[in-house]
Parts: sequence; structure tokens; C-alpha cells
Amino acid sequence: MAELRFRTDEPQEQPAVTLDAFLDQSNATAVRLEPDDDARALLPYIDRLTMIEIGFPTFRDGRGYSAARILREAGYTGELRAQGDVLVDQLRYMRRCGFDSFMPNVPLNPVVVDHVLNVYDLAYQAAADAAVPVWKLRHG
Amino acid sequence: MYQYDKYDQALVDARVADFRDQVARRIAGEISEDQFKPLRLMNGLYLQLHAYMLRVAIPYGTLNSTQMHMLAHIARKYDRDYAHFTTRQNIQYNWIKLEDAPDILADLASVEMHAIQTSGNCIRNISSDQFAGAAADEVTDPRPWAEFLRQWSTFHPEFSYLPRKFKIAVIASKEDRAAMRLHDIGLELVKKDGVLGARVFVGGGMGRTPMIAPEINPFVTADDLLSYLEACLRVYNRYGRRDNIYKARIKILIHEIGADAYRAQVEEEFKHVKTLGIDPPAAEFERIASYFAPPAFKSAPDDGLDLSDSTFAAWVKQNTFAHKQPGYIGVTISLKPIDGIPGDASSAQIDVMAELAKQYSFDELRVTHAQNIVLPHVAKRDLKAVYDVLAANGLGTANLDQITDIIACPGLDYCSLANARSIPVAQKIAQRFADAERQADIGELKLKISGCINACGHHHAGHIGILGVDRKGVENYQLTLGGSGAEDASIGKITGPGFDEDGIVDAVERAVEKYLSVRTDGERFLDTYRRVGMEPFKEAVYG
Amino acid sequence: MKILTGNDLKSGAVTWWAGSYWSLHVEDAVDVGEGGEAILAREMGARRVNAAYVIDAVSTAEGPRPAHIKDRIRALGPTVRLDLSLKPADPQVGAWVI
Repeated sequence: MAELRFRTDEPQEQPAVTLDAFLDQSNATAVRLEPDDDARALLPYIDRLTMIEIGFPTFRDGRGYSAARILREAGYTGELRAQGDVLVDQLRYMRRCGFDSFMPNVPLNPVVVDHVLNVYDLAYQAAADAAVPVWKLRHG
Repeated sequence: MYQYDKYDQALVDARVADFRDQVARRIAGEISEDQFKPLRLMNGLYLQLHAYMLRVAIPYGTLNSTQMHMLAHIARKYDRDYAHFTTRQNIQYNWIKLEDAPDILADLASVEMHAIQTSGNCIRNISSDQFAGAAADEVTDPRPWAEFLRQWSTFHPEFSYLPRKFKIAVIASKEDRAAMRLHDIGLELVKKDGVLGARVFVGGGMGRTPMIAPEINPFVTADDLLSYLEACLRVYNRYGRRDNIYKARIKILIHEIGADAYRAQVEEEFKHVKTLGIDPPAAEFERIASYFAPPAFKSAPDDGLDLSDSTFAAWVKQNTFAHKQPGYIGVTISLKPIDGIPGDASSAQIDVMAELAKQYSFDELRVTHAQNIVLPHVAKRDLKAVYDVLAANGLGTANLDQITDIIACPGLDYCSLANARSIPVAQKIAQRFADAERQADIGELKLKISGCINACGHHHAGHIGILGVDRKGVENYQLTLGGSGAEDASIGKITGPGFDEDGIVDAVERAVEKYLSVRTDGERFLDTYRRVGMEPFKEAVYG
Repeated sequence: MKILTGNDLKSGAVTWWAGSYWSLHVEDAVDVGEGGEAILAREMGARRVNAAYVIDAVSTAEGPRPAHIKDRIRALGPTVRLDLSLKPADPQVGAWVI
């Protein structure tokens, strides 16, 4: 169960299989990607996946942010979870890249979570979230 | 120059509030130093040799007098009354307290400044030509492009945990005054059939393995540029090495897979990203560009200057730059006085330069990557008045691009990454060559000193370069020759064994004397070296 | 001898373990022998110091002198701005550091 979840549907609790296991003819609906897995390998299957978990063994490894955006850009609408060394000060960028659930190694302080997700209400650039980039606000 | 609208202002203000909270949580122990470090780096705050060091962004090196006065104020109020201008057109303060940092950022935000992404594994300050908007040889002012990219790269959610730092430079002339080819991404703006576009170079850099960036795309227009750069960054973020910090820059990735393979991956990614509609409309680019319209130049006859004062004449000859507007001239203020510290200025000097800009340069100044300051638009009839003020304030040294116009990183006197002190070496060399006639005779000689392999002093791009190393706990200095950061980019070659502090000064002198003895008419040091090669210099240096 | 040095978390000032507190002055530094790491873990955990580490030093009449020039520069200040050193009036500062 994700510690933090920004979805209204029921959490799907199938265990996430590795990418290799999934590609090797699994009918799992939940997959876990490690930082060096290629998220594009999942693109043919996004319609039947309900949960993709992306691992962050260290918070400094930013590959998961690209993996998340690639999945959302391809039209994936299921749960996209960040798991591992997920710290409160990365939440906003992760949300902007399309993550909607979080399973950090160390529990987050909900007061701080609320603060970091609300301190900015503008974004300069388009990403995988619904934020309207500033250039669009300027020109309609 | 660009002015913030309510959105730009709201974003820097939010960043101040965000960082204030992060600092409070660090002081309270809610986040560890390891967790806090990337956050403070993304606000330009290093833990350095003597205290925290704050690196404030000066986007593409451009600022006005209000901002310059604020930089002086920060030096006085929060630091020790001086600051250091850097090789990336930024400014650094060396004695900052963590508990003051949020207030400093708030002060900066009040004048449309910040320290966002001046460190960390993210996209850094975008640098440009210090003579943008004044140079006759530019196809356009490159700064609207730099501002366009600044906004795109600020708080970019996908590219804030890259394998390593990422530096972009934009120029718009054949002559490269910003060392563009030695950046992770370099853009050269060109015109094709009347349309403006960027030649995109990817994979340059200095440091442990210096490389000149290969061209990845000959022409990308403004309406494709953000998508194209997203593609470039995404390929890097996904495939850049993360196992070794010395092999984590994009130059290593391109070197390992080859420019062709990298280009192919970028093209594929670009095709995809282009469908997402992330490129702003032309109206946004035009809105930004409108802030960079030429100032209200007064038409004036392009009179000659009264050069009867020989000191003034020498300074004009050395430190001024031909302006595209008749009657106007570009001025470089040298921050390399003979007994000074390269790139440093006192708060009083910073205020003086601010006032000169306000009065004589349409309220605009530039920081150069050679750690000097430019007043880009001075009317020729005002030039003497400007010079007199500069000379009275220790800012009138007439040594631009001469051997005493040394680029030096702060080195071991300030920087915990350094292996050796660089400033004392710069000072000794400057003292050795202080004589104005001797310098004029030597001519253009770009000497650059780095205190460690990170090469913040750009020594690889020095006609003469000096690298400080640690040899069994003792400072030692290696000599390189033949580097260039201009459009004829080249990496300097090491001469041989290193020297101690006095030895390197003598070695430089022997190399210069050799140049003088074999040069042909009109040859600069770099030209002679390229013609005769390393051997004669090696013999001269080592005897 | 082995001494401990770090930076004050809030001010960033260079500090030296003086046995029961962190001093701004290197002459107060005490020899920690082999017990340095344990002290560091405790002191950094309590945030009484930041980014601290163990260094070698030589015992002299004026007090401990760090073995590496980098830490001597940290102790007193940049060699090129002796006016900003911890002892601006001391004419021997430069010689002690270098």
C-alpha cells in the first residue's frame, strides 16, 4: 500500500513483477522498473497495466523521472509509483513527471508534504501533469 | 534587458519560501546533510573552505545598476565587503551563513535575481557573449534565446537529478567570445535563407577530460528548439554514466557512443517530443525578444577620440570594443589589477560600476567569462569621463587579453575541491609581467589557471594554462600550451613535469621569451606555438 | 596527532574539536587518538558540527598545526587576504599557513 496516493480509484494490490519477468510472457498487471530498465519496453502493454512502480535506489539517480514522463506521454493512465529513496523535497518534480503514488523508504511528514506540494503554483514548462505552463498563461 | 512579469516574480518568490523552509528543516535536523546538499546546491549554496559560499546567477551575464547595487549591498551586509565574478558570468560570496541565505535570496528576488540552479546536477546558468546587442558581427542578439532557455530549464522536473551538471552557452557570431564549443550544449545562431536558427553542438567540456563539442544538428529553429533540447537532455538523463563522477558528463557519453549514435537517438526522441506541444508559440519568443530591442542610441557623428592623454590612449587601445552603432563603443573594465585578485571587486567598486552603467551605458552591464565587466553601450564622447572614474577606483587597468588579464579560479585559498592555490601564482605572474610596454610587445596572450582538475579556471583553453596539483601533499603546477576557447577551439598540451610556485612563474617567462624570439610578424603566442609546435617551447622551459 | 575539524552548521565557520566543544581556534584542538570517528558520529548527529572529519596534525609550541595546507588555510583564512584571517594583526600568519 503506497504511503501517499493521489488517485481516486481502488489501489490494485497485485505484486509487481520485474520487467524481465513481465516481458517473458507474464499476465501480471503490475510491473516494477529499475533505473536502468527501458520504460519504452512497456509501451505495447500500457493498456493492460494498472500499476507501474519505478525504483529509486538513491534519490540522486534521476532516471526514473524520464521513465515516468515517457510512460505518461505514451498514454499510460494507471498508477505510477515512486518507490525507494523518495524524499519529500523531490515530490513536486515527481508529481510533475506523472507519479501519482509514493512508497518512500522513510515515512514522510504530512505537514511537509502538504507544504512542498503547494509552495509553487506555477510552472515554466510543460511536463506530464496538468499544470498550464506560464507561456500558455501569457498567451492563452 | 528582460524584466520579470508577475509569473517570473511569483516563481522566484516561491523558491525563496521553499528554500527558507528547507533551511529551517535542516537546522532542526529533520533532513540530513546528505539529503539537504542537493537542495542547497540547487540554490547555489556550497559548503566551502571558510564558510558557505553562495553563487548568485547573472543570467547570460547581463544585469542593470539596481541589481549591481544589490550585489554590493549583499557583500556589505552579509559578507566581507567584496565578491568574486566567475568564469560562468555569475558572482560568488565566500563568507555566507546558512541562516542568512533565505534572507539573501529574498533580497535578490526583490531585484529580479536569484541563485537558482547555479550548482547541482541540473541545467546551470546559460552563458552568452558579453558584447551581445553591441557587436557588429552578430546575426542577432543571442540573449532572447538564452532567456527563452533560462525559463524552460528553471525548475525543470525531469532534469534536476542528471548524472552531472549541465552547462549551455549561446552565441550569435562566428567569433566565439563565450567558449561555446567547450560547453555541454553550445548554440551558434545562424541565418539560413533569412530564417534564424541554432547550430547545436553537444558534448564539450573541460575538467579531467576536455573535449570540443561536435555538431549534432546544423539548424534548429526557435519553434523546435525546446523540444530538441528536451530530447538532448532526455537521452543524457537516461544514458549518461552514473557509476563514476569523473565520467558522468554528456561529453563522455558522446565520446563513448559516438556523435552519430547520439544524434540518431536525439532525432528519434525529438520526433516523439515534438508531438507533445511543449514548444511555446512564436508570440512568447517575440515577447522575450522585445525586451532586448536596441537602446535609444543618439545619433552622433563618429568622431575621433582625443587621445592626447597617453594613459587614457593605452586603455582605449586595449580595453574598448568597436560598437555596431556609430558614435558608441564597448568598454571592458578589467578586474585584474596587478596586485589584485582576478575577478574580485569590493562593494565600493561594484557600486561605482553600477553608477557608471546607469549614467553612461543605458543602465546595463555584462559579466564576461574572463571575469571582467563590460559596459556595452558607451557614447564615445563620454569615454574619457568613464575612464577617469574607473582609474580613480582601481578599475582602470589597461590589460584586456594581455598576459596579466589572467583567468584564475579561487583555488585552494577558497575552494575545498582545490589541490593548490591559484591566486598567488596569478599575482606573481602579473607582477613579473607588469610593465605595460612589455605586455604590449607580447600582445594577446590568454593565461588561465585552475587550482584543480575541475578546471573552473578554464586552463585547458588557455594559450598558456596552469593546473595546480597535489604532489605528495605539496602544491605543484603543470604547464600547458596552445589551448583556445575561441572559434578555433583547441585543448592545451602539457609541457612535461610540473613546477613549484616560483618555478611555474619562471617557466611561463621562459615560454614567453621563446615566443618573442621565434615569432614572425603579427603572430600571437598561440599562432607561434601552432606553427613551431611544442618542442622549441619544451626545450626553453626545461633547458 | 589526530584532530577533528568541521564547519558550524548555521554559520559555516570552521571549527575544531576542543574536547568538549567546537572551537573557532585551531590551537584549542585536542588529540583524539583513534576515537575520532565515534566523536564525529555523535557530534554530527546532534548537529553541533557539520561535514566534520579527522585530520593529521603536528604538535607545535603554538598548538596543533594541521599537516595539510588546505586545513591550515581553513584554520586562518585565505593566504591572499590576510586582512580577513582569524588573526589579521599577526604578521606570522602567512608563514604559519604556508
